[in-house]
Amino acid sequence: MLIYAVCGAGIGTSVLLKSNADRVLSDLDIEATVKAVSIEDAVNPDSLAQILLITPELESKVSEIRSEVVVVKNIFDLSELTQKLSQALS
Amino acid sequence: MRTSLIDPAAISIQDSVVSFSEAISLSTQLLVKSGHAKASYVSRVKENFERLGPYFVVAPAIALAHAAPGEDVVSPGLSLLKLNQPVVSGALENDPVSLLFSLCTPDSNSHIELMGEFAKLMGDPEIVNSLLNASAESVIREIFQT
Repeated sequence: MLIYAVCGAGIGTSVLLKSNADRVLSDLDIEATVKAVSIEDAVNPDSLAQILLITPELESKVSEIRSEVVVVKNIFDLSELTQKLSQALS
Repeated sequence: MRTSLIDPAAISIQDSVVSFSEAISLSTQLLVKSGHAKASYVSRVKENFERLGPYFVVAPAIALAHAAPGEDVVSPGLSLLKLNQPVVSGALENDPVSLLFSLCTPDSNSHIELMGEFAKLMGDPEIVNSLLNASAESVIREIFQT
């Protein structure tokens, strides 16, 4: 399972998303690799990511891709992330 | 060992700003003032905002401005501009913004630990409330002492 945490530059928002997603996945006992990437990497047609974690503004920029898109409103809220990730993975 | 998650010189409280763009300038200039980045980083962060919009408004009232790694970054760092009168960023969620953090990193790896600590700290709603209610820079500096 490959999950992309996406942001404009691939260093800020995406790294925070990855950091919290790693914690949530480990709590849920799910094995997955979370990679922090830029928006350009995320829309690459060769992307193998099954799930994209993204903030609301960037959602419209990834509408063409095959991966399932999970929009995270509050990046620091582990309960939101837990609920959305479990739903996406079920 | 890091003694403070945010350099004391990179923390500032301001009453108000005229625009979110001005707030981004002020917040990233704190990274320059504290020696983490050179002046051109400020314009790169603003270009990033103009190109992609306020996607870095990551939680209610909280934003994390940044640009890609570059030669104008000296070392990984965070800054915080707290606004007493929050500013509207135009983000779909989470407006208006009171806490505008800025981040810089010379490459895509050396700030990972810093971000992990930052995420842990900001995941605590009590800490976020203390930051939102802080009226003195000394209070904020104390919160980021580790």
